[in-house]
Amino acid sequence: MKIPIIKIQVRQENFDLNDEIRALTANRTDVGAVVSFTGICRDENHTLSALEIEHYPGMAQAEILRIAEIACSRWPLGGMVAIHRYGKILPGENIVLVVAASKHRQAAFDGANFLMDFLKTRAPFWKKEFFADGSKGEWVSAKDDDDGALVKWNQPEP
Amino acid sequence: MNMKLVYFSWIRERVGFSEEEVNLPSDVKTVADLFDWLRGRGEEFEGFLQQPDIIRVALDHVHADGREASLSGIKEIALFPPMTGG
Repeated sequence: MKIPIIKIQVRQENFDLNDEIRALTANRTDVGAVVSFTGICRDENHTLSALEIEHYPGMAQAEILRIAEIACSRWPLGGMVAIHRYGKILPGENIVLVVAASKHRQAAFDGANFLMDFLKTRAPFWKKEFFADGSKGEWVSAKDDDDGALVKWNQPEP
Repeated sequence: MNMKLVYFSWIRERVGFSEEEVNLPSDVKTVADLFDWLRGRGEEFEGFLQQPDIIRVALDHVHADGREASLSGIKEIALFPPMTGG
């Protein structure tokens, strides 16, 4: 494939999945597979009023780019998109988008999964919860599962 | 050496500000040295450094490679808790 096209954005505005896929695949015919992941602000118990996402402006985009470049060196990817929002996010709104494009499906699945796993534990973002009853928000704790998810990427390829 | 320290999330809230310029003594050479130096600056620092294992450090926007990572030539040091993006 050609040199992979990597687009990384850290921004307040929402994104549109279809627009991103269209831009990634426009004017080329070497892509046979596109995998996307969208992370959405969840509120199962109707207790959350909003998330406030803090980020490290100097580092967030650079760190996601480093992860995307590793993904592109590890799998034959034609392109990757990652968009992470910051600021106030309401339940049901988008938080993060990852798109991976490749010739065949497995590289696209793996590349998107890898980027998302490492983004969760290495990209400098922090979520604070604000509750519907007006009570003071708490910072979300990191999950051990997220660290555990990285272990599989150190295993030899099956 | 003059250095910018930046803080995020609940560490920023404990410290009470998001960034500061500091003049580090010449014997502060590593991340571990920095933690020791910060502990002596007051209880707001001592507080969060009681759990040093969960403090993440970035040197000039790159994750530090362990507590023995060198601060030589670094302009900006960030301290923050485990990340919760995505």
